[in-house]
Amino acid sequence: MSDALIATALRKTYGSAVALDGVDLRVGAGELVGLLGPNGAGKSTLTKIACGLVRPTAGRVEVLGQPCGSPQARARTGYLAELFRFPGWATADEVLVLHQRLARSGGGAAERARLLGLVELASASGRRVEAMSKGMQQRLGIAQALVGDPGIVLLDEPTSALDPAGRRTVRELLEALRARGVAVLLNSHLLSEIELVCDRVVIVDGGRTIAEGAPSDLVKAGGVEIETGSGHRRFAHAGREDIPELIARLVGEGERIYGARVVAGSLEDAYLDLVGSAGG
Amino acid sequence: MSSPRTEQIMDLRIIAGYALRETARRKVLVVVGILTLAFLALYAYGSAEAFDEVSRFGGVPGDVDIEEEVLTGSTLLGLAMFVTLFLGTVLAVFVTLNAVRGDAERGLLQPLVVRPVGRTTLLLARFLAAGALCVAYVSVVYAAAVALTGAAGGYWPDNPAFGALALSAAVIVVVALALLGTTLLSSTANGIAIFMIFGAGLAAGLIGQIGSALNSSSLERISSIASWALPFEALYQDGLHALTADVRGATGVIVQLGPFGGAQDAGPLLYPYVLAYLVAIAVVADRIFRRADL
Ligand SMILES: Nc1ncnc2c1ncn2[C@@H]1O[C@H](COP(=O)(O)OP(=O)(O)OP(=O)(O)O)[C@@H](O)[C@H]1O
Ligand SMILES: [Mg+2]
Repeated sequence: MSDALIATALRKTYGSAVALDGVDLRVGAGELVGLLGPNGAGKSTLTKIACGLVRPTAGRVEVLGQPCGSPQARARTGYLAELFRFPGWATADEVLVLHQRLARSGGGAAERARLLGLVELASASGRRVEAMSKGMQQRLGIAQALVGDPGIVLLDEPTSALDPAGRRTVRELLEALRARGVAVLLNSHLLSEIELVCDRVVIVDGGRTIAEGAPSDLVKAGGVEIETGSGHRRFAHAGREDIPELIARLVGEGERIYGARVVAGSLEDAYLDLVGSAGG
Repeated sequence: MSSPRTEQIMDLRIIAGYALRETARRKVLVVVGILTLAFLALYAYGSAEAFDEVSRFGGVPGDVDIEEEVLTGSTLLGLAMFVTLFLGTVLAVFVTLNAVRGDAERGLLQPLVVRPVGRTTLLLARFLAAGALCVAYVSVVYAAAVALTGAAGGYWPDNPAFGALALSAAVIVVVALALLGTTLLSSTANGIAIFMIFGAGLAAGLIGQIGSALNSSSLERISSIASWALPFEALYQDGLHALTADVRGATGVIVQLGPFGGAQDAGPLLYPYVLAYLVAIAVVADRIFRRADL
């Protein structure tokens, strides 16, 4: 299967500031890739280049086999910007009508109803944007990104304003997209969410890729925790096979043991390890 | 599947419709409406008084043949043209003020730009929407002023349509300049820049007036260069001139139209020049917008 997005040696500078310093990135068809990295790492810049808002300084991006920014690529890309606004006077339904027309979607009222349902805004279809909460506007933004059945969806922090239920809704929505073969590039700082839903994560820092892989591959074991008479003790670098020896040693030291468990690592730990070490 | 051309026309209509709907929600429209009504009411009252005064005064003594009615009517209408252009400029600036940079800073533009509609189409649609609105506005206000002047004193300009054409073209030039400005500057900076440019045009007219009074050809040349560089001014002066194009004799010499600048026949090249000027602005604005990071 051909890739939905291929970025090669992508570089972007703003004056003397380097936003992207030779990033390579690939999103397979129907793959859900999480793009992680600290503030200013270049995630939004990469996404904006992919949808044609920003011109790369060097390197290239292909979206669904077309050069990024070309009308053909844009016609099949759904995008939700990190900072966006819809006209306050328009209702949710009108915003979607506008985007249906611009995206040349023939989905009509049925598509709008389906999309508003997906983001749980069905009851607010007649509400004006100016009368919507921030989270409702973000839900509408997500619905907008899905207008016209795009082949790839670029979401820049789509859940930053959402309540926990909304985040779960988006997670389910992303899984449904993947099931339909839609590729997704997801920027987010919510690592637990990324870990739950993404097939692969790419971590960028300082405009470069510093790690890449399935969440389970990046996550390291979190060590061993043993409950003793004097409290919980954590052995960060130990594994399951070290437990008998650790217990024997503690008992030898006169401790009483009440329990022992292997601590599962999280993507957050792995991320902080990587970004911390790259920063230092 | 429809052809690229029909798709572009469809996109133009969608974006222009969107721009007009957005304009319709702006409070500035109410402000311009109130100002316009206030101006027309004052104008109706003022011109009735002026004609009344002139007829009581009984004309200029001596044997010089002056048509007071033409003198009064064209002077009044010249003032009306100036105010119409000014109000049209206010409207033009406010409807185009943030079409690119301003909207991009607020995040309104990005969702539209990533759609297949091209940036060129987007800019053109904004131009057409703002241009149509401003042309309609100056035409209606100018027609109202002509009608009020005629009703008050029986004065009708020689070429009423020409005044409307001049004002329409002038306001289109302002729209184009403001759209060019918006590809470079954020809302407030752009608004200030366009009003400064408008002021510079007025100053050019004023300098020309002084130049002709002092008989200084260099001042007149400066004025003429400036008014061609900012052709809304040349158009306005040409439109003033057309008011009394056929007035001959002493009346034609005496009429000094407009508060800041004399009527000036720009010659037959003005309109082709303005067209080329608009095309040049369009090319530059399009190039800037297409290369802009949003
Ligand atoms: N228009 C711009 N002009 C100048 N510098 C910019 C511009 N846009 C981004 N940058 C710089 O490029 C770098 C990458 O920014 P970018 O927005 O891509 O980061 P990010 O990874 O999305 O960060 P965040 O997590 O905060 O959203 C930053 O150093 C930023 O300051
Ligand atoms: Mg960002």
